Amino acid sequence: MLKDQDRIFTNLYGIYDPMLQGARSRGDWDGTKAILEKGRDAIVDEVKASGLRGRGGAGFPTGLKWSFMPKQSDRPCYLIVNADESEPGTCKDRDIIRHDPHKLIEGCLVAGFAMGACAAYIYIRGEFYNESLVLQAAIDEAYAAGLIGKNACGSGYDYDVFLHRGAGAYICGEETGLLESLEGKKGMPRLKPPFPAAVGLYGCPSTVNNVESIAVAPTIMRRGAAWFNALGRPRNSGPKVFCISGHVNKPCNVEEELGIPLRELIERYAGGVRGGWDNLQAVIPGGASVPLLPKSICDDVLMDFDSLKDVKSGLGTAAVIVMDKSTDVIKAIARLSKFYMHESCGQCTPCREGTGWMWRVMTRMVEGRAEPAEIDTLEQVTRQVEGHTICALGDAAAWPIQGLIRHFRPVMEARIAAYKARGGTPMRMAAE
Amino acid sequence: MADSNTTAFEQPTHFAFDAESEAEIEKILARYPAGKQASAVIPLLWLVQRQMQRQTDSAWLPIAGMDATARRLAMPPIRVYEVATFYLMFNTHPVGRYHLQVCTTTPCWLCGSDAIVQACKNATGIAAFGETSADGMFTMTEVECLGACVNAPILQVDDDFYEDMNADRTKQLLDALRRGERPKPGSVTGRQTSAPEGGPNTLTTLQFTPGE
Repeated sequence: MLKDQDRIFTNLYGIYDPMLQGARSRGDWDGTKAILEKGRDAIVDEVKASGLRGRGGAGFPTGLKWSFMPKQSDRPCYLIVNADESEPGTCKDRDIIRHDPHKLIEGCLVAGFAMGACAAYIYIRGEFYNESLVLQAAIDEAYAAGLIGKNACGSGYDYDVFLHRGAGAYICGEETGLLESLEGKKGMPRLKPPFPAAVGLYGCPSTVNNVESIAVAPTIMRRGAAWFNALGRPRNSGPKVFCISGHVNKPCNVEEELGIPLRELIERYAGGVRGGWDNLQAVIPGGASVPLLPKSICDDVLMDFDSLKDVKSGLGTAAVIVMDKSTDVIKAIARLSKFYMHESCGQCTPCREGTGWMWRVMTRMVEGRAEPAEIDTLEQVTRQVEGHTICALGDAAAWPIQGLIRHFRPVMEARIAAYKARGGTPMRMAAE
Repeated sequence: MADSNTTAFEQPTHFAFDAESEAEIEKILARYPAGKQASAVIPLLWLVQRQMQRQTDSAWLPIAGMDATARRLAMPPIRVYEVATFYLMFNTHPVGRYHLQVCTTTPCWLCGSDAIVQACKNATGIAAFGETSADGMFTMTEVECLGACVNAPILQVDDDFYEDMNADRTKQLLDALRRGERPKPGSVTGRQTSAPEGGPNTLTTLQFTPGE
């Protein structure tokens, strides 16, 4: 169990003052100038050595990502912070923004300095209006105190932090969709390459990082890579904020070490599954995009990137959505299909057409108004969407359905049989 | 874009930013490099929608407001229309005084969002998403995950999240809004933000300056 003194987000629940005075009392902005004086390479090396993997879903090594930025550039470079937290089940960045905003702002300076950026743009989702007011107030405080702006922290480095609020579009959480939106366009993802580190915001070198990845950087620099690396498991280091929602007795956010057993996470912090562990049906372990896991896997799976990949799911954003035995699991996944249909930007045909098709078929699967062979057709269609689009939204729409078919095929077949037994007439196969 | 609303409505022929909006525009434009003022399109559309709320009690984006934004940012109007219709939170139709945005995505659905939708319908007389109540007080929209899932289900009213809702609390909230009150946003059960019910079970050994 993670000790309180090893927790990074010491104001996760907003009990204490989120503003500058309170933040300083929790150790933020302590010796920031000295961190910058270590130099760009030293910061990147320290973050690399910490083993920090991106907290936004993909788990790419953060230090390595920073090292892709050019050493010399005749164009300005930018750090873009992805605060467009929209992955269903995920609500961790919201707590960082509203309760520990100075960790994020200090992280912007440290990370931006390490990659030679002149400014950070924090792209916050439109729905987080009240959170954006807190963050803007914290940014204003940091400017007034000389922590950012000209000669930030007395380091001789000029650095701006700007807040930009979106207006409701999941796709803007995709890094290049976010850049398009920030440039004043529809949030339609860009083809890669070129990658943002070469051609990003306004055509300039840019790095897009999740809020949590940036907000932990100053603590890593203060306490050292070895401390961070000692927490968690090999290649899955550090603490992480988990969001536990759905059918648990006490849903909550909590910071814990990566690699904690899923069962322990739910029982120790979230009051256990409603009706007891044996009442568990399935868990989506990392936000809507990752395949769900049946109870048999949940019994002993560990919550980290590699352990969850080994069971054909993923850590994603570490948003744990719990479903007890009362849940219509087909309907739960069908609702996610509707989500992806709604949020598809419409740019790539397999995703634009496929998300709608998958939702329509899933709607029939909920009723059982289908032929058993259509389960295979549905599976095949998910494979035709997956990997055939510019961005990962197509994959994200396919994976939950694949997980459902992998683990709950008998439930789907029973639903179809029950519908037939009632005398319902199935539609012609895949006639959408 | 909001669900299609077949009720006829009039597009104002004119829109001009008022002094309050103008003061904000100056601050917003300073955030983006010279020549990149198109970045300010979403922030300016927010100002239009907010100004409409101040002036007409309905937070929406008339075409005249999009055109005013296009002129201010030297953008072709079509580029502004594209943005205004791409993002869900911009209302291209007039909405009621209070915009009820009910999250029905899986985490909220698991925790009973169907009952929130029904309670909103019962309290307002609205029959379906996208509709405005006959008295013009409420518009109900179905929204996707609001990002507060450990406090599900969520009902967002204008800018504010009301969390840990159920049918009774929804009715009470809507009654209060009708009376012109604005209950404090956040968890309606008095829970400490995203901490487990009954209080945090971590961070209990640390002491810092308490918040307000």
